[in-house]
Amino acid sequence: MIEVSHLSKHYGDFIAVEDLSFKLVPGEILGFLGPNGAGKSTTMKMLTGYLRPTSGEVRIWGNDVWSETLAAQSHIGYLPEGAPAYEEMTPLGFLKFIAKARGLSGEARDQAVSKAAATMSLEGVLHQKIETLSKGFKRRVGMAQAILHDPDVLILDEPTDGLDPNQKHEVRQMIKGLSEEKIVIVSTHILEEVTAVCNRVMVLAGGSIVSDGAPEALLALSRHHGAVTLELPDISDALVSSLDSIEGVSALEREDDRVTLIPGEGITDFFARVMSFVREQDVQVNAAFVEQGRLEDVFRKLTEGETQ
Amino acid sequence: MNISVVLKRELAGYFATPVAYVFIFIFLVLAGVFTFYVGNFFERQQADLVPFFSFHPWLYLFLIPAISMRLWSEERKSGTLELLMTLPLSRWDIVLGKFLAAWLFAGMALLLTFPIWITVNFLGEPDNGVIFASYLGSWLMAGGFLAIGSCMSALTRSQVVAFVLCGFVTLMFVMAGFPLVLDVVRGWLPLSVVDMVASLSFLTHFNAISRGVLSLNDFLYFVSMILAWLAATSIVLDVKKGG
Ligand SMILES: Nc1ncnc2c1ncn2[C@@H]1O[C@H](COP(=O)(O)OP(=O)(O)OP(=O)(O)O)[C@@H](O)[C@H]1O
Ligand SMILES: [Mg+2]
Repeated sequence: MIEVSHLSKHYGDFIAVEDLSFKLVPGEILGFLGPNGAGKSTTMKMLTGYLRPTSGEVRIWGNDVWSETLAAQSHIGYLPEGAPAYEEMTPLGFLKFIAKARGLSGEARDQAVSKAAATMSLEGVLHQKIETLSKGFKRRVGMAQAILHDPDVLILDEPTDGLDPNQKHEVRQMIKGLSEEKIVIVSTHILEEVTAVCNRVMVLAGGSIVSDGAPEALLALSRHHGAVTLELPDISDALVSSLDSIEGVSALEREDDRVTLIPGEGITDFFARVMSFVREQDVQVNAAFVEQGRLEDVFRKLTEGETQ
Repeated sequence: MNISVVLKRELAGYFATPVAYVFIFIFLVLAGVFTFYVGNFFERQQADLVPFFSFHPWLYLFLIPAISMRLWSEERKSGTLELLMTLPLSRWDIVLGKFLAAWLFAGMALLLTFPIWITVNFLGEPDNGVIFASYLGSWLMAGGFLAIGSCMSALTRSQVVAFVLCGFVTLMFVMAGFPLVLDVVRGWLPLSVVDMVASLSFLTHFNAISRGVLSLNDFLYFVSMILAWLAATSIVLDVKKGG
C-alpha cells in the first residue's frame, strides 16, 4: 500500500511537483505519463527516499519514507532514470553487491542473483564489465537489480527505453506476470505500453495530476473513441464525401485507403449506421473496425499548453 | 555488517581501474624522491625515518585529494548515488564504508613503502617501535585528510572542483601550524587564538608523530578530526537531498 499526500517539490521558485495525492493498493500497475519535465522522475525520487519533498508525505506499507526510511526502502525495488550502475563492475558482481546490500546472503543471495539475471536474459554478459555493455543490456542490468529481492513495490523510470522489441515484450510480460500482491509504478513515453501493461494511468503535466483512471477511461476521452475506420480498395473523392454525409458523422479523416469516421456526441449505434450505409450503397470494404481511442490524442489534449 | 558490504565494493572499485596502480606508483616514487633526495636520507647518517615521515603532510596534500575527489562526486555524476541512497543502507553505513575503503587503500600505499624501512634496517639499527608509531600516525593523518576530502567531494558533482576544494582546505589545516604563518598571525591576534589555530593544524600534531611520539592527545585529535568531517559529509549529503 502506498499513500502519497500533498507531495510537492519546489526548486526555488520553480515548481517541479505540486500537491500530488494518491493511493495505490496491491495489484495496481500504475503508468506514469507526461511530457518531458512533467515531474515523473522527481516524484519517483521522492517516493524512493532519494529526494526530500518540499512538503507532503509518502507512506510505503505504513512506513513514512522520511522518518522510517530503511523500512520503507526495503519494500521497494527501484530503477532510476538512465539505469545507473557501477560501470567498472561486472553484472554478476554488481547484482551480488545489491543482493548483499538488501540483506541476502549465502544460498539465498546466489539464487536471487541468478533468477534476476535469468529473467532479464543476462546470462551471456555476466562476466563482462558493465561499461562495455550496450545501452539495452545496461538497462536490463538495472532492471535485474530492481527485481532482485522480489520487492512489494517496483518503481521503474522508463524501463523499456533502449530495449529491443523482444526485450520490451519480455519486460512487459514480466511486469504483468508479477503477483497480485505487488504494486508497480512505471513511467514511460511509449503510450501503447500503458494500455499493454497498466491497469491505472496517471498523466502528469507541469507537476500536477491532470488525469487519473483506468486506461479504458483515458481512451474514452479520445475523439477517436468509438470511431469507425474503413479500408476501401476503390477510394474516390465522391465516395469520401458521401461517407461524410452519413447522419451522425461529425468529422472524417482520410489516410491512403483508410477513412476514419468520427461520431457526433451521444450517438450509440454509430457502427451499425455506417455499416448499413455501406450495405445500401454497396461500397467495397476490405476491413471495418471500431476504434478504442488513440492515446496520442488524449495525451496531447491533456498536456497541451502545459509543456514549457 | 552493511558497512563491510559498502567497503568491499568500494575497495574493489579502486583496483578495477588503473587509478589504484597509478596512485600507488606515484606515491611510492614521490615518497622515495622526498626521502632520499630532498630529505638527504643518506647524508644524515642517521638510522631513522624522520626525513621520510616529515614529508608526508606535503605528499598527502596533493595525493589524498586525488583519492577522495571521486568518493561522492563520481557517484553523483553517474547517478549511482541515487541507487546507493535508495538501498536500505543507513547513512553511516555508506559514509563510513566509503571512507574506510579509501583509508584502507591509503594504508596499503603506505605499507608498500616498506622497502624504505628495510633499507634503514639494513644500513643501521633504527628504533622500530618509533617507526611503527610514525607509520600509525601517518596513517591517522591520512584519515584526517581523507575525511576532509570526503566532505568536499560530497559538495559537488565535479571531481576537479572536489580536488581543488580538498587541496585548499587541507592546505589550510597544514599551514595553520607552519611557523611562518603563525608568526604572521601572532602580530595581530591574541595568543589564545594563535594557540587554537596551531592546535588545529595537522603539522603541529604530526611533528611529534614523525619523531615517533604518538601521544593520546594527537591520536584523539586525528580521530575526532575524522569523525567531525565524516559527520559533516553526512550533513552535506542530507542537505543535498533537498535538491
Ligand atoms: N535540481 C534541480 N534544480 C532545478 N530544477 C530541477 C532539478 N531537478 C529537476 N528539475 C526540474 O524539474 C522538472 C521535472 O523534472 P523530471 O525529471 O521529474 O521530469 P520528467 O517528467 O521525469 O521528464 P522526462 O520525461 O524528460 O524524464 C523539470 O523541469 C526539471 O528541469
Ligand atoms: Mg524522467
